[in-house]
Amino acid sequence: MTAMLNVKDLRAYYGQVQALHGLSFSLNEGSLTTLLGANGAGKTTTLRAICNMVRSTGAIEFEGKPIGTRSTENVVRLGIAHVPQGRGTFTNMTVEENLQLGAISRSDKNAIGADIERMYEHFPVLKQRYTQQAGTLSGGEQQMLAVARALMLRPRLMLLDEPSFGLAPLIVRDLFRILGKINREEKVTILVVEQNAQLALELADQAHVIETGRIVMSGNAKDIANNEDVRKSYLGY
Amino acid sequence: MSAAEEVEVVTEGQAVEAVPKRAMTLGYGTSLIVLAVLILIPLFVKNFIIFQMTMLLIYALAVMALNILTGGSGQFSLGQSAFYAVGAYTSAILMEHAGMNYALTLPVAGIVCFGFGFLFGQPALRLSGVYLALATFALATAMPQLLKLGYFEHWTGGVQGLVVTKPDAPFGLPMGQDMWLYYFTLAVSIGIYLASVNLLRSRSGRAFMAIRDNEIAASAMGVDVALYKTLAFGVSAGITGVAGGLGAIAVQFVAPDGYTIQLAISLFLGMVVGGVGWLPGSIVGSAFIIFVPNIAEGISKGLSGAVFGVLLFLVIFLVPHGARQVAIVAQQLAAKLKKN
Amino acid sequence: MELFANQVLAGIATGAIYACMALAVVMIYQAIDHLNFAQGEMAMFSTFVSWQLMQWGVPYWGAFVLTVAFSFAAGIVIERLLFKPLAKAPILTNVAGFIALYAIINSVAGLIWDFTIKQYPTPFGSSPFLGSQLISTHQAGMIGITLLMLVLLFFFFRFTRVGLAMRAAASLPESARLVGINTSWMIALGWGMAAAIGSIAGMMIAPVVFLEPNMMLGVLIYGFAAAVLGGLSSPFGAVMGGFLVGIFENLVGTYIPGVGNELKLPIALALIIVVLVVKPAGLFGRAIVKRV
Repeated sequence: MTAMLNVKDLRAYYGQVQALHGLSFSLNEGSLTTLLGANGAGKTTTLRAICNMVRSTGAIEFEGKPIGTRSTENVVRLGIAHVPQGRGTFTNMTVEENLQLGAISRSDKNAIGADIERMYEHFPVLKQRYTQQAGTLSGGEQQMLAVARALMLRPRLMLLDEPSFGLAPLIVRDLFRILGKINREEKVTILVVEQNAQLALELADQAHVIETGRIVMSGNAKDIANNEDVRKSYLGY
Repeated sequence: MSAAEEVEVVTEGQAVEAVPKRAMTLGYGTSLIVLAVLILIPLFVKNFIIFQMTMLLIYALAVMALNILTGGSGQFSLGQSAFYAVGAYTSAILMEHAGMNYALTLPVAGIVCFGFGFLFGQPALRLSGVYLALATFALATAMPQLLKLGYFEHWTGGVQGLVVTKPDAPFGLPMGQDMWLYYFTLAVSIGIYLASVNLLRSRSGRAFMAIRDNEIAASAMGVDVALYKTLAFGVSAGITGVAGGLGAIAVQFVAPDGYTIQLAISLFLGMVVGGVGWLPGSIVGSAFIIFVPNIAEGISKGLSGAVFGVLLFLVIFLVPHGARQVAIVAQQLAAKLKKN
Repeated sequence: MELFANQVLAGIATGAIYACMALAVVMIYQAIDHLNFAQGEMAMFSTFVSWQLMQWGVPYWGAFVLTVAFSFAAGIVIERLLFKPLAKAPILTNVAGFIALYAIINSVAGLIWDFTIKQYPTPFGSSPFLGSQLISTHQAGMIGITLLMLVLLFFFFRFTRVGLAMRAAASLPESARLVGINTSWMIALGWGMAAAIGSIAGMMIAPVVFLEPNMMLGVLIYGFAAAVLGGLSSPFGAVMGGFLVGIFENLVGTYIPGVGNELKLPIALALIIVVLVVKPAGLFGRAIVKRV
């Protein structure tokens, strides 16, 4: 397998404050990778740096192309969908409009309708609510919508920032089941940042652990889950 | 990867970016130099220039008053010309109808305007952003018309306005009327500037700035938001009123059409050019609104408006944060030189 | 009672002017989240361009179409050249930029076309409309054009991809970038559309107020007031706000004694402020809940 995304020596800054200190990792095509770490370790910043939403230096390559100097929208147009923290729902638009927005940069307009139908199959609850204002949806439904919106791009790579945040455990299970399905069936490479380490490690096949802006451990998700330090720090047993 | 950002990080969406408290004023050394220049210049120039410098100080006061409101408490006003007008008329009427001493009319003008601003601040509490801009704008457009009303004509002189006598230097001091008025204005300005600096450093000043930076957080900390917001309007109006009174004495004339919305817009531009939230910038802003229109006229009579606009664009392109940005860069340079 | 009805009708006729301008105001507010003080001057300049074209022998509707196209392009150029560089500057600096633009356009128009008042033609004629002396066919035509623009805008924003993208960019720029929308160009497009709508407003207004460089000064203020009254987030509200302000103004002038022409504006504004104190998002606007 070739590396789909290559991140080398990534350093990111908020104003004068440096948040990432030379972070390097790569993602294999078709993999489902999780990025673990405590609050403030730099997980969200890593995702934001990939989409050029924060000032950073270093090398980021996507499918062999350097993307570090591209604007956010041009990174997205390469097929990198980003589900941000807080979901980024267009709350004053309808569910269907949100899905259409997900596909707004695509040129194959005729296939969009069919894709929306496919999303309704993945997430039946969205179909029931398609004319509703997205802001009236519950947190779980909005997260489903955010994932569906990202999939409307027909992405090659999907970045998810804390998809379980603020959701009930049952809903989180459901969401992660769907993510696994999307990864297998639609061949979408997924990078997910999670606080819920246990669930993330169950789902993922690869894992990286971040501490204070550096990768301190990388490997197979199972091996990481069995590592004693990780168990103590992130799994709590 | 993205282009290197400016010296400062600007939080988007906020009307006024947070200014550290100390950054709102000048250091001692610089203050003394500015003061010395202001004291010495009139000894070497012609009367007309002394008059212009008096106006420079007066507008600087008015710009500073707006700066306390906007830079201090985050509220926006296009109605400063109305407070300026009320101050000017208060002084003029007291001097001409009641025969009061010119110096004594100023505190009265200040108090009247403080009350006016405080009252105006009450309904303004419910408004913010463009809505507050529109409300204050309405005040500014209404004021000249109100001053023209027949009911008050006995006092205000109606459309004709009032002529004000220029005071002589007291105690037989050997200086002309213009020079005396300049030093008098300078003394008043320094007094108000020092008081304002102290105000912003005080408990109330911290309350203003807390409201500016985050109103909800401020109220959660126990700041009486409504009181301090109206108080900021009152203080700003009061200082503007004193400036208006001084203006009336310096120009020797008050008339409704001297206080149109154009004056309010000028004061606003003065604040932006001087740097929002930086009090010493007010004098730079004041210089801009007094001299740049003249310069524009000098460059091209027919296109003076366009030249003014182009100059204004140049200023905001080069220094979007106004004179304050220049001061910060200068400070950093000085610090670097000291190190070497 | 008849006096009242007549004054309301006359108010609607004047209100059409404000409604037209308010539509342009809402358009730019949607794009940049701020009022553009130079918008009236841009509309005035466009109207002069159409007048000049007609002087050169272009027929009315030809000049109309050319002017709208010119204004659209000019709006985009102004944004790219002057306001894109200020995107990261404080909002108040942007406001100063609008004032500078105002001064430049006003002064240049004065130099090219001077400050004498010019007649401006109307395609609708100026005979009484349906036998009423209070409303002319031109004013009826202006109302028609305003409503037509409103409908077109509605369809544009609701059913086109560009319209959807513009709405997304205006409501949540960061999320919009994350679905691949170039938000910076959406702002430029907003400027272009606002300038185009403004040019139509100018060409409709000019036959009523006559053509001269300061013709839009008062109109823009009423346009702002109308847009704010109706709710800055709603084109429909803006148009309704325009008619309401027109009616307000006429009734105030008729029924409150001692109100000359000059006090009409402050009183109308004061009434609007009273409305805003009670209903801060405007009559037809959506209240925006800010997260903290």
